[in-house]
Amino acid sequence: MKLLKCPINGTRPISEFVYGGTYREMPDHELVTDSEWASYVHYRDNAPGLKKEWWYHGPSGTWFIAERNTLTDEVKDTYLFNKLVEQESVK
Amino acid sequence: MNMRIDKQTGEWLEREKQVNFTYEGKKFTAYEGDTITSALWASGEKVLGRSFKYHRPRGVLSLANHDINVMLTDGQDTNIRGDVVTVKDGMTLVAVNTLGGVKKDNLRYIGKLLSPFLVVGFYYKAFFRPRFMFPFWENIIRHGAGLGKVNFNYPRIPKPKLNEHYDVLVIGAGPAGLSAALAASLDKQLNILIVDENKQAGGSLGYDRAGSISPQSQLDELVSEVNKATNITLRTNAYAGAYYTDHLIPIIEFDGITKVRAKTLIIATGAFEQPPVFRNNDLPGVMNGSAAQRMIYRYGVKPFNNGVVFTANDHGYRVALDLIHAGTVVKAVVDLRNEPVSNALTKELTNHAVQIYSGHCVYEALATSDDMAVKGVVICPFDEDTNEADADRSFTIDCDGVAMSAGWASAAALLYQSGMKVKYDYTIEQFIPEALPNGIFAAGKVNGVFDLEQRIADGARAAAEAMRYMGMDNAPTISVQAHTASSPSHFFPVVPHPKGKNFVDFDEDIQAKDFINAAKEGFDNIELMKRFTTVGMGPSQGKHSNMNAIRILARIRELPVEKIGSTTSRPFFHPTPIGHLGGRNFHPVRQSAIQGWHADAGAVFVDVGAWSRPAYYQKPGVAVEEIIQQESVAVHNSVGIIDGSSLGKIEICGPQAVEFLERFFTGKFADQKVGEIRYALSIDESAVVADDGIISRVKDELYYLTIGTSNAAIVYREMQRWLQMWQLDVALVNVTGSYGIINVVGPKSVHVMSSLSQDPLLSTLTAGMVGEMTISDVAVRIMRVTFVSDIGYELHVPADSMLAVWEKLIKAGSAYDIRPFGTDTQRLLRLEMGHYLPGYDTDGLTIPYELGCDSELAMDKPFFVGQRSLKILAKKTLRKRLVPFVLEDGFSGQMPEDCNLVIDNGEIEGRVTSISYSSKVDRIIGFAYVNPKKIEAGSRFEIKTDNGSMVKATVVKTPFLNSKKES
Repeated sequence: MKLLKCPINGTRPISEFVYGGTYREMPDHELVTDSEWASYVHYRDNAPGLKKEWWYHGPSGTWFIAERNTLTDEVKDTYLFNKLVEQESVK
Repeated sequence: MNMRIDKQTGEWLEREKQVNFTYEGKKFTAYEGDTITSALWASGEKVLGRSFKYHRPRGVLSLANHDINVMLTDGQDTNIRGDVVTVKDGMTLVAVNTLGGVKKDNLRYIGKLLSPFLVVGFYYKAFFRPRFMFPFWENIIRHGAGLGKVNFNYPRIPKPKLNEHYDVLVIGAGPAGLSAALAASLDKQLNILIVDENKQAGGSLGYDRAGSISPQSQLDELVSEVNKATNITLRTNAYAGAYYTDHLIPIIEFDGITKVRAKTLIIATGAFEQPPVFRNNDLPGVMNGSAAQRMIYRYGVKPFNNGVVFTANDHGYRVALDLIHAGTVVKAVVDLRNEPVSNALTKELTNHAVQIYSGHCVYEALATSDDMAVKGVVICPFDEDTNEADADRSFTIDCDGVAMSAGWASAAALLYQSGMKVKYDYTIEQFIPEALPNGIFAAGKVNGVFDLEQRIADGARAAAEAMRYMGMDNAPTISVQAHTASSPSHFFPVVPHPKGKNFVDFDEDIQAKDFINAAKEGFDNIELMKRFTTVGMGPSQGKHSNMNAIRILARIRELPVEKIGSTTSRPFFHPTPIGHLGGRNFHPVRQSAIQGWHADAGAVFVDVGAWSRPAYYQKPGVAVEEIIQQESVAVHNSVGIIDGSSLGKIEICGPQAVEFLERFFTGKFADQKVGEIRYALSIDESAVVADDGIISRVKDELYYLTIGTSNAAIVYREMQRWLQMWQLDVALVNVTGSYGIINVVGPKSVHVMSSLSQDPLLSTLTAGMVGEMTISDVAVRIMRVTFVSDIGYELHVPADSMLAVWEKLIKAGSAYDIRPFGTDTQRLLRLEMGHYLPGYDTDGLTIPYELGCDSELAMDKPFFVGQRSLKILAKKTLRKRLVPFVLEDGFSGQMPEDCNLVIDNGEIEGRVTSISYSSKVDRIIGFAYVNPKKIEAGSRFEIKTDNGSMVKATVVKTPFLNSKKES
């Protein structure tokens, strides 16, 4: 069974976690066209590679971001969402 | 004939203890510690099983569970592996897969008479057409081919799973594994487990002796050091079943499975000996060299009296010396290799007057007249470069056994499962690891190291690398010398014979020519060939056959071996009893704080989401349907009470709580006053209805949400996610388990409540309001909700006071014949009230417009989840709408059911989502999706029932309670 590191609770078995889908940045809903919005809602880039994903640690109710390579199933890093926001704002 | 020899140093027997058992109805005696196979062989029994397809007699091949020649049943268990299962006193054993006993198996004629027709792929082709005949043939084939019979009266034996954690898990306690464990144990911080599937540690060091005692002394020394090390646990009779992600290895023992999680793995699983392929290589008496060695040194049994060694490597010469040690007359060593060998081993053999034939092959083994044993071998010159046997120059040697040594295949199943990259090493003619995943190390033969001293060094090297992986930078650097001797494996140990019966896979009776035929048919990829020929698909999963299959395919395709690749053997390494894998029927359910009261009151429970809730309360002699009507009538006419504790309860508090609600739900909350409750609808980003609930504003900055039982966990989870993204100053607290919910409903509920409390709140609290009061000293939150009745109170009670309040209400309600009711009645009541239930009346695609709840969508808010998608959907034509309907008065035809289709002129327009008879309305009422053009009250539509009849329905207005008057 896979292990995953919750940024709050440390390394735990994967059965304690819920996958929450790939992280997608929401576009400005007032500016986008209908088709841009539809593609934000429905389109997923399923190409294998390094992805930012939502994961949820059930027993503690912690949502966090995992950077996972979907080709090798290796998790590079896990952190809380606000770190992602910081990273994006630095860019 | 007695084949038992004198006590051997290091043997696994306790000769002072005798064991009695029967095999095929005949009595046998053995020693404690014998396996079934060694016990039978010691008594001169040679036919120990019948092959799967041709029912050929079979004896010993590997004596190590690398083949399944010896599979038995004792009446309870089946497919017992005779080679490795210890014989026990009183066992009554029979070989599997025979008709009339192992010696007179009547199915043997399949092999003798029909085998020319049973070509590879025969079953696929012969029984493919006509298709209607297949069940007939299948029945016959299954009777002939099955392995073992399942005992349907098998007792339930609980086998709990254990979990253990180690720094180092060493798999395989041969010289490399033992050396690895010892090297790692020098760091006393490390906790080390070493497992081995055999009864004793040692691997080949225990039996590959070349007639000398020194390997056993070396083994004794290693084992005693391991036993001295306080941080090593050595576990035998335990095999590593599989590799799972992040170094989770199930260790399988007789009693069950231990799940071991280790920081590092050292795989020292060794190699499987691969039989050379020649005619009749499966006769009882023809066995692998390592099998003969195991037999001699583990069980003190002589493999045969007069033997021939057929070898294609130097190991065969060691086997010959071991046979001589056991008292076998070795009549010849036949070496497939062109180049004659001259070393210390050959010198010693010459001293024993053993004839060595280099550049020769065993062309075929000759069977005795009853086909059940070897009477001799035909030997002829052989050219390994051209793969040609010169049968014209053949000669015969009489013997009763053949020991075979042609090479090895690495026992790399776990390494493959872990994702290793392999390469083919031509100096040893074997696949070896090229790159291993993090934290996984290989040592010994599986790593391509064959020399004994180097294997021991390789174990220490792997341990040092594992220690460095764990951050111990001071671990020593150990070098292992490259292989210099002749190759331990032959590149193509296959002797062609025009009459075939030269077996590659003994499980499935696959001969050399089957591969040629498969390739001719186009199945020339290793994965396709595996499936068409079924090579490696038998119970031993290619352990003794996979390497030869690859070599043969490489030759057919004229490709180098590494271009063919290998199939990945899947878990488990050995077949593992289902009972080991079975769970404990552990099914957690959530219960109300007063579950016991419900049970005492005759509740029949039903699972709702994670909860077990009363569906209804039984009454002796009253049918379920009648009870539900009675319970609902009590609510309509007097008073009913239901435990609603399973509803999700979430507190939303903080300065920005209202901002959060505005963004998460579709409705408006900014103007909600303290003491007010509001309906809340939640949709997802694509505007699909998620769930609905009730939000109470309890205090300025405290809101309290109750939401549907089944979706509560998911809604809470999504609330948490959005909160993290929005970073609002809000806290969410899931208090689902902290409070119980009691609904007291019906016209008399007011009287019941006021008999318990004089609080003026009771008279001022109107529909849509929430307040707090005490009922017999218990502080409760009280709401007026109209879900199942116009008149009713919903009490949120601290879970530990739930029983006290409930009992008070029951007592106070007895004057009004208060009736507890369950979820079945609740569903009917809410239907009568005209409330749809998300998850029941909606599916994974339902949007709010289809429910007609447009008024709940505050589209003028700046943002809420799903709002942008709603704007897009609002422009599109609605495809269906949920409407309340009734069937004709006095309807008595086929009752429509949930999910029956609404059909108009042959086109599907929608479906029924809820339907029930209501005694209060005296009609059959329900919800259905219909064409959006036909939603006005009085519109008619048709439902197709299960028996095909069309039932007319009429759209009405809710609540249904008015329908009676209207119609």
